Amino acid sequence: MPPAVLSVRELRKHYGATIAVDGVSFEVNRNEIVGLLGPNGAGKTSTINMILGVLEPSSGTILVEGADIAAKRSQVLARTNFAAVYAPLPGNLTVIQNLRFIGLIYGVKNLASRIESLLEQFDLFAFRDMKCGVLSSGEQTRVGLAKAMLNNPRLLLLDEPTASLDPSVAREIRLQIREFAAQGEGGVLWTSHNMYEVADVCDRVLFLSHGKILLAGDPRTLPAEHGKETLEDLFVTVAREPLALGRI
Amino acid sequence: MMVSLRRTFAIVLRQFYLIQGSPARVLPLFAWVAIDMVTWGFITKYLNAVSGSGFNFVPSLLGAVLLWDFFARVMQGVTMAFFEDVWSRNFLNIFATPLSISEYVGGLVLSSIATSSVGLIVMLVLATAVFGLSFFVYGLLLIPYLLVLFLFGIALGVIGCGIVLRLGPASEWLIWPIPALISPLVGVFYPLSTLPAWMRYLSRLLPPSYVFENLRSMVLKRPGSPYALLWGTALDLVFLLLASWFFSYIYHHAVRTGLIARYSAESLS
Repeated sequence: MPPAVLSVRELRKHYGATIAVDGVSFEVNRNEIVGLLGPNGAGKTSTINMILGVLEPSSGTILVEGADIAAKRSQVLARTNFAAVYAPLPGNLTVIQNLRFIGLIYGVKNLASRIESLLEQFDLFAFRDMKCGVLSSGEQTRVGLAKAMLNNPRLLLLDEPTASLDPSVAREIRLQIREFAAQGEGGVLWTSHNMYEVADVCDRVLFLSHGKILLAGDPRTLPAEHGKETLEDLFVTVAREPLALGRI
Repeated sequence: MMVSLRRTFAIVLRQFYLIQGSPARVLPLFAWVAIDMVTWGFITKYLNAVSGSGFNFVPSLLGAVLLWDFFARVMQGVTMAFFEDVWSRNFLNIFATPLSISEYVGGLVLSSIATSSVGLIVMLVLATAVFGLSFFVYGLLLIPYLLVLFLFGIALGVIGCGIVLRLGPASEWLIWPIPALISPLVGVFYPLSTLPAWMRYLSRLLPPSYVFENLRSMVLKRPGSPYALLWGTALDLVFLLLASWFFSYIYHHAVRTGLIARYSAESLS
């Protein structure tokens, strides 16, 4: 059996006395979309930043397809990519320029044709020679997603990927990401505050609170298992009364 | 660790795209050095006329200004390329990739070579065609002069990047004046013997001092010291090692504390 796309073991991060991530362990398997959920400050972004190699863990290990990011940073990050609303591509370069220079960094083979197919996939042809800074937030999000798919990543990290998209485009993007997970060899770690989207897209969710995984399971059955009607109700409970769930 | 030329080239390509589409970035590549050449060209002509000594100020003063501007352009070539990533808040897109620090810094250095070469060519053309500066006066020693200043410019540029990475975007204003702060110590315009003793101790630690002392000796037809230039190159290598260590230390500190991920004008300044 091939190793998990992402394997996180006992991951911890503290800033002095403040604990941001407290012994988190989880896996993302091939063809799986895992939702990382939790209120603001729960440790989601710190966890993602550690997986992306831009934040050093205090302890713990992160393996991508069995390779440890601490020892094989370049190799691991060549198989990973991400899209996040807080990391737009430089606004002073055109769409195509951004995709070209990022594609070179990732060592994408047949870069020109890969870019063309992504422009088509994300409906970006009309904007190819426009500077990213003048695009609407929804268009910038699509450029960010095209960039995230450039290297056909094994591990795709998406932080609120549909936050600035209208419902119709958001649905299209969700379909494409589901297709990416189903057909390719990769897995997706997805954060979102839109619980309906999470229930629709994710195969499994992890609820993070105070840096720990409080709950994990199927987003379609988890609410009922904890006496809640919807995933959003469960989220609100995790955010407001994590102790009521009895695991912290 | 293997250094990928392709990834280093990607950093250069990004700078090329930025410059290509922006007259505001093209103009500074040559405008300020051209203005310096014209100003100092006329000053040296005037000094030649009023001194009446027969001493030609062109190779000593205009040549020195040219070399000093080359150093400043090299340094700013590195820092400007880095500031582009600071200004566009691009660190996450750059550093959450397979790109290594040495590849990134290598890209900044190559970008600087390209941009500073434009300034150097413009200065050489103006100084020789308009003000009659003859580089035959310097002979082959022009090459080590440029090399010593180039290496020092790279080292200070990398240190400048480290300072801005550590202290935040607003600290770029600490970096711009560095060449002006150093110039009195390295004797661009006057012999080091003019300086008080304590300043001369500092001068000896700065590689450009050896270039300008050598240049003046040559213009005055006194024997220059090739060993001094070798010593200047050795000091350059020490500065380069220190700069590499410093930037690497600051980068790893930024990764440890989460600064890279949170880097923005709001979070640091």
